Amino acid sequence: MAIRRGRGVAAINYPTGMNLGGDPTQALVHSTPTGNFMVTLSSVDLGQGMKQIMAQICAETIGVPTDRVVVDTADTDTGPHCMGTFASRGTHRAGNAVIQAAKEARQVMLEVAAEELEVNASDLETDGQGNILVKGAPQKSISIFDVALSAHFKRGRSISGRGMFLIPRSYPEKETGAMKPSTCYAHACTVAEVEVDDETGEVTVLTVKNIFEIGRALNPKMVEQQLVGGSWMGISHALYETTEPYYPNRDHGGTDFNQYLMPGPGDLAQTEIIVLERPSADGPYGAKGPGEMCANPQIPAVANAVFDAVGVRIDTLPITPERILRALKAHAAN
Amino acid sequence: MAKVPVQFTLNGSEKAEFIDSGTTLLHALRDKIGDTSPKGGCHQGTCGACSVIIDGELRLSCLTLAETCNGAAISTTSGLSEGGVLHPLQRAFLDTFATQCGFCTPGMIMAAKMLLDHTPNPSRDEVVEALSGNICRCTGYEPIIQAVLTAARSNSQNAA
Ligand code: FES
Ligand code: FES
Repeated sequence: MAIRRGRGVAAINYPTGMNLGGDPTQALVHSTPTGNFMVTLSSVDLGQGMKQIMAQICAETIGVPTDRVVVDTADTDTGPHCMGTFASRGTHRAGNAVIQAAKEARQVMLEVAAEELEVNASDLETDGQGNILVKGAPQKSISIFDVALSAHFKRGRSISGRGMFLIPRSYPEKETGAMKPSTCYAHACTVAEVEVDDETGEVTVLTVKNIFEIGRALNPKMVEQQLVGGSWMGISHALYETTEPYYPNRDHGGTDFNQYLMPGPGDLAQTEIIVLERPSADGPYGAKGPGEMCANPQIPAVANAVFDAVGVRIDTLPITPERILRALKAHAAN
Repeated sequence: MAKVPVQFTLNGSEKAEFIDSGTTLLHALRDKIGDTSPKGGCHQGTCGACSVIIDGELRLSCLTLAETCNGAAISTTSGLSEGGVLHPLQRAFLDTFATQCGFCTPGMIMAAKMLLDHTPNPSRDEVVEALSGNICRCTGYEPIIQAVLTAARSNSQNAA
């Protein structure tokens, strides 16, 4: 009886969003009288940072600082339609919709500025600081604050835009069954090192090294925090979490945090994260969806590491001491 | 059922309420007094999201009856900032990206405050121990551990 070490690797290919009856998200953008911008969405921020990212995308597109944008995701009853925040689709789908809405709003903003400055709208540019300048003659400028006041009180214009992003439904080809389930894939690879006690079946994850290819990281610190948390969650799925340990039998399922186990702050594997940025062709500013993917590759990597350590394949999650011991017993009997 | 009066200080200000006997402090704080910074994650003492400090002790407000708090001094995360300046722990949680959905954050911060009040320069193991009663779904804990260590460092720099 001994503590045995093993190392496992796994790589995954992860679709952004889903393809059921088509996958739409809509967005509306409008300016307040003082030249701040509201983004209205039904896409909900669950803590992954949706609001921050949408504010960045809107600000970048209109040409204002991020703190001039407010994102309102208050009500899925009354907001523009969104399929929801799941399937790693939020940034990709809602982000594209926000770009389209913000472009339309920007166009109206430039038209109003053009009237104020008595130039062509196509000769105008934004400085990203809240001003609109004449290209090549930046001394001729107007603040977005003044443009918004003018639009609201003088010219009767609504500086606003509508955005819609739809991935249409893809039907399988009759002959081959081929279809296009997604337009955008993120990728990840994990190497996990474990120790398995072949007497108790206990697994300790020593290190997890993850590399994630996620398109452009629109907010690198927030990407990192999601990937670090996701890596932990992947290990938790691999070794601990289940509501149905004897599925399909529901007996002995955890009903609270005493029985539904997760690794705590004392059980952390040494974790490494590397981000590769390969901008996607159809993502907002090149982004893909790293959300769910970040908790996936650790699971097969840990399973492979367990196999490497003690020579048994566990094909049911989570990989509990009980499953390992049963598999070792069966293995010895053969 | 007759209501019971309770009186305590919350983050330094006097509070008085009539509550149903058996009301938890968590319920009284959130739904009677309107301090929603303690969160109800499990209501059975297993997640730590409802942690508050009562007379200098870290307590789970979901397992504390409000009527046992008469005359007590209670602090919650909502009372930590002073004049709009965030508490060093709050600052550190922001700076190190130690919060995502934020549900565990107030409990984590109270547990960490308790630690730093008694152990201003904790080791990593001491931080882990202090946070071990608090569950987080999102962060993987490492950023939270780093936040507490960062706050301890910035405290000792300010003191020096
Ligand atoms: S709500 Fe009190 S410990 Fe979970
Ligand atoms: S940040 Fe979501 S539970 Fe900790």
